[in-house]
Amino acid sequence: MLEMKNVQTFYGNIQALKGISLRIAEGEIVTLIGANGAGKTTTLMSVCGIVPPRAGEIFFEGRPIHHMAANKIVSLGICQVPEGRRIFPYLTVLENLDMGAFLRNDKAEIKRDLDYVFSLFPILAERRNQAGGTLSGGEQQMLAISRALMARPRLLLLDEPSLGLAPLVVKQIFEIIRKVNSEQKTTIFLVEQNANLALKVAHRGYVMENGQITMTDTAASLMANEQVRKAYLGI
Amino acid sequence: MFNVKELKKSILVSLWFMFLTFPIMVIKVNTIYGKVEWRWYRMALVGVGSFFLSFVWRALLRRKEMGLKKAEEGQEVKVPLTRKLISDKRFNRPALVVVCLFALLFPLVFSLYQVNIMTTALIYVVVGLGLNIVVGLAGLLDLGYVAFYAVGAYSYALLNYHFGLGFWTVLPIGAGLAMLFGILLGFPVLRLRGDYLAIVTLGFGEIIRIILENWNEFSFGPSGIANIPRPGFFGIQMNLHQVHIYIYYLMIGMTVFTIFVVRRLQDSRIGRAWMALREDEVACQAMGIDKTKTKLSAFALGATWAGMGGVVFAAKTTFINPASFTIWESIIILCIVVLGGMGSIVGVICGALVLILLPEYLRAFSEYRMLMFGAALIIMMVFRPGGIISDVRKVYHFEGLKEESKDL
Repeated sequence: MLEMKNVQTFYGNIQALKGISLRIAEGEIVTLIGANGAGKTTTLMSVCGIVPPRAGEIFFEGRPIHHMAANKIVSLGICQVPEGRRIFPYLTVLENLDMGAFLRNDKAEIKRDLDYVFSLFPILAERRNQAGGTLSGGEQQMLAISRALMARPRLLLLDEPSLGLAPLVVKQIFEIIRKVNSEQKTTIFLVEQNANLALKVAHRGYVMENGQITMTDTAASLMANEQVRKAYLGI
Repeated sequence: MFNVKELKKSILVSLWFMFLTFPIMVIKVNTIYGKVEWRWYRMALVGVGSFFLSFVWRALLRRKEMGLKKAEEGQEVKVPLTRKLISDKRFNRPALVVVCLFALLFPLVFSLYQVNIMTTALIYVVVGLGLNIVVGLAGLLDLGYVAFYAVGAYSYALLNYHFGLGFWTVLPIGAGLAMLFGILLGFPVLRLRGDYLAIVTLGFGEIIRIILENWNEFSFGPSGIANIPRPGFFGIQMNLHQVHIYIYYLMIGMTVFTIFVVRRLQDSRIGRAWMALREDEVACQAMGIDKTKTKLSAFALGATWAGMGGVVFAAKTTFINPASFTIWESIIILCIVVLGGMGSIVGVICGALVLILLPEYLRAFSEYRMLMFGAALIIMMVFRPGGIISDVRKVYHFEGLKEESKDL
């Protein structure tokens, strides 16, 4: 579904991605784990076109998207939940969700999706008229995920959904991620620092270090891998 | 209330003010006799005055904090009268009718002078609502807004001078030209935000003014363009009195049109995109909003209203020169938006009326205008940071969802 070939991305003169190649098949949950500053977020930003790559190729369902504008990429069916949630603080929950469906015109379907995300996160339904900024961290993360789901993406990019949340909330969110994947058949590309959790949810995983992919395997064998256990799982 | 600590603070403030104002308030050099006059009584006045003011100031601050605390604890907070007037249906219909009647009957009741300054205020309402799109909705701080106003005014003056085009022909052309300039300015500043954007737009405003001032062959320089015809009405001859009243009604019409369009825009898809862009650019891009198009459309649409305002301004005053389009004008329009309440239509209208009408009626104090302006801004920002009438977000109710959420 998504294929990155030798993608190199720069911030000014600093090279953040030194040739990333990876492949995500339809219906999968693939996770990208790595330490701080390894380039995980940059990888997502490159896919989205918010920080376009300087070299290399990205294909989505066979179409090259590395030269496309960010809004075009979203319209193809890729939606990102950005790091740090980035909800719109002064818009209400409902308006935030509405922004997610910005590119869609099918009112009835939007309504259906709204009901769906409210069934995933009932708390959001209760708070639908509250300003996004007044929600708790966990609720904001739920809102950010719901907002992305409102775009009805075929590929959902999740950037550190566990960031700064209580363990119980994190667990709940990861359950939802699994649920979305199995119910909606949404392919999920999950970037996480919390390697333990991410590998439990994912089918396959990539390990990233200093802008390069150093390892790839099924999630189970990565979990079992001695190096990974030492470096990322703290065991 | 009267504890020692508060008194001490106020005394310190008054001492500090006495010290600060000492050189200008107390010492006066009499150059004729070559001696220095010491006006100590003034120092005493400053001391007493600042003591009293600081005391009141802090008492008001305390009251405000108490109000906030009350709101946090969930106690009932008194709904301000203005808010009630706007949001409560029982009040807002009659209020609207009264305002409309007042606006329509205004020229019949008041003198030509009053009608004239009201027309000026209405021009500022339209221009302010235009800037409200850029600053209030899209969150792009534009300090060179008057440039678009100048584009509108000069396009009428020049097109009329060279080609003899009439007011109604130029109105859309002026708006279009201003829109074009809005896009021209928009392109280079797409990547800028906040302070940097403010500086560049400020520069842009000055560039336009300096061009108009120095390119004599094009714009007749500082001497300006005179004898611009007033707007016509199907070729009917009108005397001066009638023309002014006609322009007044024209402005009323234009204001209503502007309010209508801005309201529609606010609730539209693009309005929502502006508000989202104001809050988070990265999230906007992740949602598939075209950042370039959204920003440019805000600049372009904002500039359009300034252009239309400019055309009417030129037609009303019949004389324009670059001195009418200084940075000060931009700042007044920005103040209208900020003081009135960013993003709120009623707020911007109130802001324009207050900021344009008050100086007219307080001509006697015109020397202190800047002082009062500054004081008003500070007081507003401390006590009503949202503006005179802040933006009330609409609350939507979805009946269909209610039952479902209950059993979840």
